[in-house]
Amino acid sequence: MVKPKEVTRVQELVYELKIGDVMTKRVVTVTPDTTMAEFKEVLRVNRISGTPVVEEGRLVGIISLEDLIKALLAGHIEVPVRDRMTREVFTVRAHESVVEAVKVFSQKGVGRLPVVDEHGNLVGIITQGDITHGLLKAIELDYHAEEISRYRASHIFEDIVSDRTSLLLRYKVNARDFTRGGEASSKIKRALTRLGGNPQTVRRVAIATYEAEMNIIIHTDHGGEIVAEIQPEQVRILAVDHGPGIADIEQAMQPGFSTAPEWIREMGFGAGVGLNNIQKCADEMHLESTLGVGTRLQIVVYLQPGENGLVGGGDEASRSCC
Amino acid sequence: MKLREVVAELGLEVAGAADALDREISGGYASDLLSCVMARARAGNVWVTLQSHPNIVAVASLLNLSGIIVTEGVSLDPATIEKADEENIPLLTTPLTTFTVVSKLAALGIQGVD
Repeated sequence: MVKPKEVTRVQELVYELKIGDVMTKRVVTVTPDTTMAEFKEVLRVNRISGTPVVEEGRLVGIISLEDLIKALLAGHIEVPVRDRMTREVFTVRAHESVVEAVKVFSQKGVGRLPVVDEHGNLVGIITQGDITHGLLKAIELDYHAEEISRYRASHIFEDIVSDRTSLLLRYKVNARDFTRGGEASSKIKRALTRLGGNPQTVRRVAIATYEAEMNIIIHTDHGGEIVAEIQPEQVRILAVDHGPGIADIEQAMQPGFSTAPEWIREMGFGAGVGLNNIQKCADEMHLESTLGVGTRLQIVVYLQPGENGLVGGGDEASRSCC
Repeated sequence: MKLREVVAELGLEVAGAADALDREISGGYASDLLSCVMARARAGNVWVTLQSHPNIVAVASLLNLSGIIVTEGVSLDPATIEKADEENIPLLTTPLTTFTVVSKLAALGIQGVD
């Protein structure tokens, strides 16, 4: 039953990022004629554990700390690197995805991979540490981009000057469309969160809108519309439909009163507390309905301008709905 | 306590959003009436219900619930599973009844909202 996992951002990045983006470009190298004793000094001074071996720009081998230890044990410290280096070197190209390097690391068990161009010239080196560093940097950039867009969204009401600015979001709601139930409220919730809304305020708007949306789905003949008007000081939700209308609003407000048919109740709807939930979450609620014409429900939730953004907190403590 | 531990302790089957099991559970709520859940369940609560249609995911997502446990071996609508993955709301199933699940959750120290 478990569906394949969603691709994570890191998995995506492993394909998106190029080896050239994360590799180290200034590579410490030795030549085939460097002695093992000189190589030891190169490692010590640069605090590294291996280098590519390069002859006139071309990669000819690779040599590591392990090779040095073996040479020391064998007493071959004065021999040239060419006698102790590995000549069969696994390489990658700068334009390849990082995933190619990941594959070689996991299959071949090597610690570093020289990066070469099409002529076999060394252009860089990549370690698993470089990959981790590159991924972290890319994720940080993503995070900053998200922060910036969130900041911009939350300043929309400061940046755009008018005598009265508001943001209008409209959603069409179809009658009996239970599979899409809650879509409008989810989207409004997301928008308010993006605008920097206080979580408790957003929650109140979300609950009230959800109930209004479900009422349109459950009870109307032809569906209706939900309009969210976001202003600096309040969110106004308007839920409008074209029938059948509520016969007795006072009765409809009574907890437990419901006209929902049995099949709808079986899905857990029609408990007869939707309007009560709305009232508990709203600072203002206006319900007008005419039989045969339609219903118009207006919900207002007050916002307090926050320090930075548009949507601030509110007095939440006394609210039983949240 | 994390949802992952509850899954292990109660032997639940993970039907949706299997990679979102590391959220901390803030408490529990049980009801099959969605409006009651809307009114009473708190963010981070695990919700125990018999309902299985896609709207339970919408409710859980709007309330930021930590997960849904669907009881009595009710078979889930594929659309519900799809939505759970989309919204990252863990969907767990069990043949146990709601009463048994709630008593086991309580034994693990998960408390109601009252």
